[in-house]
Amino acid sequence: MLIFILRRLGLMLLTAFVLTFIVFYLTNLPPNLEKLARSEGSVRMTDESVAAWIEQNGHGGSVLLRYGQWLGVVPGWTRVDDKGVPRGRCFAAGTDPTAAPRYCGILQGNWGHSTFFRGPVLPNLAEKLSATGWLMLWVMIVMIPSSLIIGVVAGMREGSRTDRVLSTFSIATTATPEYVSGVILVALLASPVTGLSPLLADWGLIEGKVLFQGAASPDRITFWSFTLPVMTIALYGIGYIARMTRASMTEVMTAQYIRTARLKGASFRQVVLKHALRNALIAPFTVIMLQFPWLLNGVVIVETLFNYKGFGWTLVQAAGNNDINLLLGCSVVAVFVVLVTQLISDIGYVFLNPRIRLS
Amino acid sequence: MPDWDPSQPILEIDHLSISFFTRLREIPAVMDFSCTVMAGEAMGLVGESGCGKSTVALAVMRELGKTGRITGGSIRFKGRDLTRMSDEELRHIRGSEIAMIYQEPMASLNPAMKIGAQLAEVPMIHSGMPKDEAWKLARQIVADVRLPDPDRIIHSYPHQLSGGQQQRIVIAMALMAKPALLILDEPTTALDVTVEAGIVDLVKELGEKYGTSMLFISHNLGLVLDVCDRICVMYSGEAVETGSVTEVFDKMRHPYTQALFRSIPLPGADKNARPLISIPGNFPLPHERPPGCNFGPRCDYFQKGRCDAADVPMFPVPGDDRHETRCLRWQEIDWDAPPAKRDVKERAPIGRVVLKMQDLKKYYAVSTGAFGGGARKVVKANETLSFEAHEGETLAIVGESGCGKSTFAKVLMGLETATSGSIMLFDENVQSTPIQKRNTDTVSSVQMVFQNPFDTLNPSMTVGRQIIRALEIFKYGKSDAERHQRMLELLDLVKLPRAFADRMPRQLSGGQKQRVGIARAFAGGAKVVVADEPVSALDVSVQAAVTDLLMDIQRENRTTLLFISHDLSIVRYLSDRVMVMYLGHVMEMGTTDQVFSPPYHPYTEALLSAVPIADTHVTRKRIVLEGDIPSAMNPPPGCPFQTRCRWKSQVPGGLCEREVPPVQTLAEGHQIKCHLSREVLATMEPVIRIAAE
Repeated sequence: MLIFILRRLGLMLLTAFVLTFIVFYLTNLPPNLEKLARSEGSVRMTDESVAAWIEQNGHGGSVLLRYGQWLGVVPGWTRVDDKGVPRGRCFAAGTDPTAAPRYCGILQGNWGHSTFFRGPVLPNLAEKLSATGWLMLWVMIVMIPSSLIIGVVAGMREGSRTDRVLSTFSIATTATPEYVSGVILVALLASPVTGLSPLLADWGLIEGKVLFQGAASPDRITFWSFTLPVMTIALYGIGYIARMTRASMTEVMTAQYIRTARLKGASFRQVVLKHALRNALIAPFTVIMLQFPWLLNGVVIVETLFNYKGFGWTLVQAAGNNDINLLLGCSVVAVFVVLVTQLISDIGYVFLNPRIRLS
Repeated sequence: MPDWDPSQPILEIDHLSISFFTRLREIPAVMDFSCTVMAGEAMGLVGESGCGKSTVALAVMRELGKTGRITGGSIRFKGRDLTRMSDEELRHIRGSEIAMIYQEPMASLNPAMKIGAQLAEVPMIHSGMPKDEAWKLARQIVADVRLPDPDRIIHSYPHQLSGGQQQRIVIAMALMAKPALLILDEPTTALDVTVEAGIVDLVKELGEKYGTSMLFISHNLGLVLDVCDRICVMYSGEAVETGSVTEVFDKMRHPYTQALFRSIPLPGADKNARPLISIPGNFPLPHERPPGCNFGPRCDYFQKGRCDAADVPMFPVPGDDRHETRCLRWQEIDWDAPPAKRDVKERAPIGRVVLKMQDLKKYYAVSTGAFGGGARKVVKANETLSFEAHEGETLAIVGESGCGKSTFAKVLMGLETATSGSIMLFDENVQSTPIQKRNTDTVSSVQMVFQNPFDTLNPSMTVGRQIIRALEIFKYGKSDAERHQRMLELLDLVKLPRAFADRMPRQLSGGQKQRVGIARAFAGGAKVVVADEPVSALDVSVQAAVTDLLMDIQRENRTTLLFISHDLSIVRYLSDRVMVMYLGHVMEMGTTDQVFSPPYHPYTEALLSAVPIADTHVTRKRIVLEGDIPSAMNPPPGCPFQTRCRWKSQVPGGLCEREVPPVQTLAEGHQIKCHLSREVLATMEPVIRIAAE
């Protein structure tokens, strides 16, 4: 068990290095750096001064060396500019270079300076991540139980009317991407001029102008503000997980041991609850764990749509504003979320399935 | 059931018809089936696959799925009609009054539930027994089915038990509510013969102890003779003959029953002097049944205009006990006449040594533990295997699962390389040459016929194309036309019509597919053919034809046939020499006569006694081995068979537990790996005695 986890961790680190290097390379392509120079320095800079700015701010040299610096395994750059002020990666311009550490990369906890937030990357990113964490928590609370229930109910009598209705619902929701379902939900429930809200307001059933709010903030988590973003993300996942659960359930219901249970005289309820359920949930477990990384992507759209200042919104802003350090920070977080959930999923699977656990 | 008279039949099936409904058509699975089971009686239901015997069993349980429906007749259980019961009433009968034992024990047990919970559920459902009491009862019943250490067993999961133990659990589950009727659907088909013998004994004993009636479904006539009082032979959805076991076995009155008995290898059958007679033709598909008698087109006594005129009813055979037959001509046929067309064949002479194995060893290193870690263990799949095989000879390799016979085949084929030892094929050492590095000649001269013909043909290639593909690989012929010609000749060789070249595998029956497999194996003029259980997946009537075909090709091509099998009846029928394996060791080797008569190796003795024989004249000594086959991962010290050997006490000083026995040569070519002295071996009695006729 320990060896397995260690091996997985080693593989994870390797994957993380490869992925971050790819992102580093792509964000540090020359046109990006040029754009950075012009936005940080002056838009009217000559090509020569742009090159000089890039060189002065430590963006010159080989990409591998710069990646090493960012990571913290190669000493940070130091230079003295034409005004005689020492500059370097690990200290602010003008301070004493000897007092600063030689290495300062993400391994040392220095995630760099964000040009968008005008401050260090790490605390800003942590704050946004926790905001997204709240959103995800509610999505999970809504999505997992409802999708499992829909899947099990649909799968226990394959081909019945209940099955057809629930399957149609699940297919419809998975077939609708968030940017469509989000817009529909906003138009239907959160607009003062269209959908249900004006009607309800006319009848005096709601106090404000809208039923649900079309924008959400991590500072005020309320039912009215969170329902729409949570539902937008959850609907897609519900359909997907429900389909998986249904497939697993229908397969289990045709297994011979279910026939055994039926021929023991167990009632349909007992057959489903005692015999089928646990076996049917083994497969969807992996799917649910796979949803975590996917949620990270889903939130990009939803957070932008509902102007929720979380991780996804930050990612969009970082990309839109050419904020290299912030973008790299986001990718590191994303890579680790994906890999850690995969590890948990593998270990959890083993514990759920006695055949693997004990053999 | 308050008002039920025990002298009345417990189960009375009357003119039952069952159909399956598909989108296309109604497929009748069972027609006009009647049978009666009295209290305490064991009824055997015999027939080939697809004859509807399992459908009858499931109909009694009213478990026909969504597509199956009872279209006529009645099933009366203790006087009440099961076909008209509501689901709720049925639920009370299932598991408490009628219980079922299934073919595949592993699939029939819930993998995620502990054994105890699955057993305890039965009384909890039916008599509302409290949980702890139910668990206590479960523990007691587990002990009743003679499983060791019941406390550990009820707290384990199904996958932690062996196949034999799982089947005992399924039996225990059926007995939890002391049912009046037990339905056994091929309960031992998935098990090894020595384990099967234990299960059969247990079933018989429990049947007597609790007075349970049984409906025993099997394709194995020998097993039915062992277990049942009455028998019902089914063919293509109909009962063709029914009666007491002895009457049907000795005084059969239906041509199908007769043909069935003539196609199974009984003691006395011989591939040269008294070859088996296979039933010509194929089993009719349910929607292509002929008019009149279903067996008509395959019957030797068929009369046009009479047998195919109208449906044939059951005729009682006067003088016998409820003996009935579905044959119009049963009074006209001379049932004692010897079979007409039995062509005696020349015994093929045995030639030079083709294959020689010397001290072959094959070890596997495996790791235990759920995540690939854990301790590394060595599995000794083959241990010092030495033998020679001659041209034109059939060498049978016999043993139960895990004895290393398949590993041996893989090493010979080059799919695995041996750990040590040598394999000489025509004076060429192929021991450490994997199949990728062997030259075309070697590959084409050693070929294999596989066990399961259903999986070994590519489903998307025509039969002819597959054979031509083999010819291409063997670099046979110069042009496509030449290979095509050779392919047609190969189809002739395996007695398939040439038109089959354009058919897809799914259009073929099991026996026909196996013939294609044989054609492919012989495509490159194979000199050594390894047949790994080539007929065990086929029906009895087809088995005879396929074995005969193999023998004919062998006679013609002077091929060396290594016949791997667990079925001793067929081994005795067709092999020249026999090698008995157990846990990777060769326990006994000799000519067929030497191995099948005393002195035996104790394991051979047990194996012979475990095989059911469908002949009322044969008496067998019952030797039931205790326990299961030890795991090859953890073999016992000393003699591998010592844990189950009944002769162990005859060897002084606990030698069996300490040392692997030496190989003794008893007679010319008869070797045996045992510590027993020659004097003790000489006292052994024959296991099988054939009563004088």
